[in-house]
Amino acid sequence: MYRYDEFDHAFVSARVEQFKDQVERRLSGELTEEQFRPLRLMNGVYLQLHAYMLRVAVPYGTLSSRQMHKLAHIARHYDRGYGHFTTRQNIQYNWPALKDIPAVLDELASVEMHALQTSGNCIRNVTADHFAGAAADEVGDPRPYAEILRQWSSMHPEFSYLPRKFKIAVTGADRDRAAIQVHDIGLHLKKNEAGELGFAVYVGGGQGRTPMVAKKIRDFLPVEDLLTYTTAIVRVYNLSGRRDNKYKARIKILVHETGTEEITRQIEAEWQAIKETDLKLPQQDVDAIDTYFAPPNLVQRPEGWSGLAAARKADHAFSAWVDQNVTPHKNPDYGVVTISLKPIGGIPGDATDAQMDLVADIAEKFSYDEIRVSHEQNLVLPHVAIADLRIVYDLLLTDGLATANAGLITDIISCPGLDYCALATARSIPVAQRISERFGNPERQADIGELKLKISGCINACGHHHVGHIGILGVEKKGEELYQISLGGSGDEICTIGDITGRGFSSEEIVDAIETIVDRYLEIRTDKEETFLATYRRVGAAPFKDALYSEVANAA
Amino acid sequence: MSVKVLTANRLTDGEVVWLGANGEWLEHIDGALIARHAEAVSALEEAGKSAIKSNLVIDVNVIDVEERGTDLYPVRLRERIRQLGPTIRLDLGKQAEKPKAA
Repeated sequence: MYRYDEFDHAFVSARVEQFKDQVERRLSGELTEEQFRPLRLMNGVYLQLHAYMLRVAVPYGTLSSRQMHKLAHIARHYDRGYGHFTTRQNIQYNWPALKDIPAVLDELASVEMHALQTSGNCIRNVTADHFAGAAADEVGDPRPYAEILRQWSSMHPEFSYLPRKFKIAVTGADRDRAAIQVHDIGLHLKKNEAGELGFAVYVGGGQGRTPMVAKKIRDFLPVEDLLTYTTAIVRVYNLSGRRDNKYKARIKILVHETGTEEITRQIEAEWQAIKETDLKLPQQDVDAIDTYFAPPNLVQRPEGWSGLAAARKADHAFSAWVDQNVTPHKNPDYGVVTISLKPIGGIPGDATDAQMDLVADIAEKFSYDEIRVSHEQNLVLPHVAIADLRIVYDLLLTDGLATANAGLITDIISCPGLDYCALATARSIPVAQRISERFGNPERQADIGELKLKISGCINACGHHHVGHIGILGVEKKGEELYQISLGGSGDEICTIGDITGRGFSSEEIVDAIETIVDRYLEIRTDKEETFLATYRRVGAAPFKDALYSEVANAA
Repeated sequence: MSVKVLTANRLTDGEVVWLGANGEWLEHIDGALIARHAEAVSALEEAGKSAIKSNLVIDVNVIDVEERGTDLYPVRLRERIRQLGPTIRLDLGKQAEKPKAA
């Protein structure tokens, strides 16, 4: 894992001291809210419906046990005993008092964490594949490059006041688990024919009120050009992105309005001018960062497989969990474990302080001290020996963390919605809970198979509904919550924005509507191997719309 | 018929508050100063501006409420959730406090 150097420590400590002073001046009345608001946002402090909210960055979703223990400690001592893991691989605390936040930031700094650039019109926390460094299908670990981007973008003087927020995601496998094509910049780490590492570069993706799939503007960018090329992109955006209309200010609009060819020309022209400058990455610098992410020295544990077979035979629930929540590791003696934060009927992404402590303890003993946060609002133990799966499962089971539903219909992404969020127009969590309960039967969800259901409580799409195989958007209409459904979205390497089915559904109707869609899928799939998304891509929206609207009409 | 009250979040901890008839910021909507006509609404708005200046509260808004018997019932769901707490965590927010003595 990356460890702060002297510069990082000094920089984060200085920012904590600075914010401490700003909070004191705000509380004494020396600063007005108008003056203070941009300062608190730069430190991840929002105002939500019930209280302030602190969003803490988890760079590229990687945590050590010590850091996770600290997150638990903060939840316990400064909040209400829980935190919410988000689709940006961050954690949010929903109840901190403003006067306590400098102390929280001090606590975070003590474990090399912070809340910088989790808000504001700057380059936000860089996200990455949550299986990075472990997945069997990985070409290269994307985290060293995410870390290089983090260092480059932190307090970047030129890019601290962009037209709008700016999000970068990096993946290191052909299978895109980081949804890179719905980011402002998406980087796909790959190898060329000569075996050298580089990036396919995507620009101008995003969700929100105007969802767009990013355009690929370079098929292979050598690693040494990562920062020069990224600088060129952000510079073109900073100069030409719209500042007159916040809803048209993201780079996706600039790319769309300028045209991919022309924007690429501008970026390439800018790049030529800076390509050979100090930002060109020397190999020794890349190597230096790389060493921080060197894979742990995994002990050979070949005995795991025979024991696993017996344990699976003896316990069907354990076997289902292995099938669903354990993914192949680079080392065949190991597996990558997804810890579902989606218990049936629970709140997606929430974890109590005790659960965080438990995960930290398990990671320390059984996952080489590493934990990941996924953008799907789950946690990951990246390096668990097959031989230890049973004991890890039993430990997770003690605090409701062994739900065997990764990638299934109850593994729902949901934003906080109107239960917490000041921007939300409808609630998302209760809808997620009811859908989870409706489909909670293990056999039923296993039969339905892979189905990514994502819910947002407003048009800003923090719940990624545009790329849900089934997406739900909650809006307010005539004072009531109304839920619009979209189908066929996908945030993976074949990225698509979902199609809206038609008129929306009331809170009472929405769960039945989802069930109608799922039932129609089960009727028309060619066989169990054909996933919901594959079926949708084969047949289109019509059969689902028929089922949805004729059935509702019949029921009325 | 809906009437109006003034609501905000307290500066120090973000707690949801309403302007009381006694001029204090209250942690519960009961006892909130009710504006029943345009002049009274203007007075609420002025009180809001002055409270922002005195750094007691932030995000000050005049909201619609209905008088239901002796209770005040915010018209918008958003305000009802602010009044009580998250609908999915009844153990949190104002709804989790002990009921008032009769």
